[in-house]
Amino acid sequence: MDTIIKKPTTPDALLTNRLQKFFRWEMFLIILVALVFVMNSYLSPYFLDPWNLSDATFNFTEKALIALPMAMLIIAKEIDISVAAIISLSSTLMGLVAQLGAPIYLVVLMGILVGAACGLVNGVLVTQFKIPSIVVTIGTMSLFRGISYILLGDQVIREYPEGFDFFGQGYVYWVFSFELVLFVVFALGFYWLLHRTTFGRYTFAIGNNPTASYYSGIKVDKHRLILFTLVGLMSGVAAVLLTSRLGSTRPSIAMGWELSIITMVVLGGVSILGGSGTIGGVVLAVILMGLVTFGMGLLNIPGIVMTIIVGLMLISVVSLPVLISLYKGKKAKVL
Amino acid sequence: MLKRFIYSREGILSLIVLALFLGVGMISPAFISLPNSISIFNDTSILIMLSLGQMLVILTRCIDLSVAANVAFTGMVVAMTNQYFPQLSMAILIVLALALGALLGAINGLFVWLLKVPSIVITLGTMSIYRGCTFLLSDGAWVNSHQMSPSFIALPRFEILSVPVLSWIAVVAIIIVFWAMKYSVWGRNFYSAGGNPTAAFYSGVNVGKVQFYAFLVSGTLSGLCGYLWVSRFAVAYVDVANGFELQVVAACVIGGISIVGGVGTVVGCVVGALFIGVVNNALPIIGVSPFWQMAISGLVIVIAVIANASSDKDKARIILRKPNESDDSVQAPSH
Repeated sequence: MDTIIKKPTTPDALLTNRLQKFFRWEMFLIILVALVFVMNSYLSPYFLDPWNLSDATFNFTEKALIALPMAMLIIAKEIDISVAAIISLSSTLMGLVAQLGAPIYLVVLMGILVGAACGLVNGVLVTQFKIPSIVVTIGTMSLFRGISYILLGDQVIREYPEGFDFFGQGYVYWVFSFELVLFVVFALGFYWLLHRTTFGRYTFAIGNNPTASYYSGIKVDKHRLILFTLVGLMSGVAAVLLTSRLGSTRPSIAMGWELSIITMVVLGGVSILGGSGTIGGVVLAVILMGLVTFGMGLLNIPGIVMTIIVGLMLISVVSLPVLISLYKGKKAKVL
Repeated sequence: MLKRFIYSREGILSLIVLALFLGVGMISPAFISLPNSISIFNDTSILIMLSLGQMLVILTRCIDLSVAANVAFTGMVVAMTNQYFPQLSMAILIVLALALGALLGAINGLFVWLLKVPSIVITLGTMSIYRGCTFLLSDGAWVNSHQMSPSFIALPRFEILSVPVLSWIAVVAIIIVFWAMKYSVWGRNFYSAGGNPTAAFYSGVNVGKVQFYAFLVSGTLSGLCGYLWVSRFAVAYVDVANGFELQVVAACVIGGISIVGGVGTVVGCVVGALFIGVVNNALPIIGVSPFWQMAISGLVIVIAVIANASSDKDKARIILRKPNESDDSVQAPSH
């Protein structure tokens, strides 16, 4: 624990310090995941069935797909709470073109493009008008879902083309569903993007100090715009999967998802103040939340109790490091 | 004085609300009749009170997303207490609502004050926890009107000078907060703590404590609204006021309270809430489907923040301000 508290002096030491800290956080998550796994298999005889486990992944893959770009956005000091509303609008427009008899590829394309367009709107508002992203996305959250309500009212669309159910219900190989495989592919993709490319390094730089990044020649606004569009795009992808899985669209689809997505990201060790976090941590947090939900489902514990546990996890995750450093006698920064 | 008001943000917004109000009155004269005006205000009372609390929180660079969950939990506790102890006097129940609300607010505040944890994370967590506890407490059951004592339901409806008590409570709350924010040191501290935390600290203001007070007030008002909501709609259940926190934040944003802290007035806050109230009440009268309501309030938020951003563009261009801000442990919620 001393390594966390000790103030690093050189940049190298700073880096090792960070690595150690992240390693610790991810280790902690891995231990938790293992604990939950063992507890679940002990408590319920149905847990260790591969098909059951595969079913469990449907609970979180769609949210997790959005959590990946959301992690990058939060690392860059921005936030998007309109993601669930984007899913709703995207799903609504997919439903409308499907009603007109569009083929599958057009329906899917529609969903993804609408998502990206919504993300672009958020990005333009944030970068062009210099409005804090939380305000913009609170506004567009009502706007996007509101448009869904205008278009659909209290109707439900069920007329999707034959074969559209594959995206949300199909299996690629044995127990590995299309959703799960897609998530693994995207997780690797985002890992590469955030930790192995200049784009990723710029994201951290912007999150740590936007002004310095700007003066170092990073096109900060363009970068943010891309990130917002990416979050929108992935919300579109999630909308395709969710719509396909449910086989129906209504305006209230994915209500409240933004909160669980942000929880996944924060639980994964991404600092809500920006500048630090890993994709690996987010993936672990996603698995942890998925396992806990599934295990509690097997034990017949109502879903809303799960929200209490997620809330407690969220709070303890952010307060524990502070409490530890207070306990260690490090004086809290006065301001 | 009058001229200055008309040219201020609040003035322009008041004129817009007035124009909207009179405009609908042209179509349907009954809309602007005195009884209907009172009923619009009465409908908006709870939103106004919650927005007042939220205003204090936002002024100190925080955000309170747990208000609606607080309303649901306190409402449920008060309703169940009334159900099982119908002979208990109303005064005790109201004190219970205030105290419980204050306690829930204080929990948020303590985390923000003592642990310096970002308020958006804490209130995101407590929001799930409070709502989940409502479920645990009630076991998902409803408390219906026949299970409540007559005085429990009658109190907010009792009319003084043909204005319901609910509206009077809102008026009293507005006056108290207006006075405190304008004339008391305690109230002015909210502005200094949010406007420039570093300067406030060196002037002897305990920024964390001020933030704690903001959450305390927000929680207390939410507790009061918990009783009022449950009694006004004569039903208590888990999903009471679900998602209402966003309307509350929206009212503040429309009213010109800057999400980065330090800027905003009680008049703006009240007019912002009234705007939402007038729009919600006007839509059915001008024959627009209520499904438009959400998109309209979303659009209004976006327009309001764009107008806001372009009016203080010069402020945003002070280059050296941003890095200093990121040094503070008191963070704007959006970053």
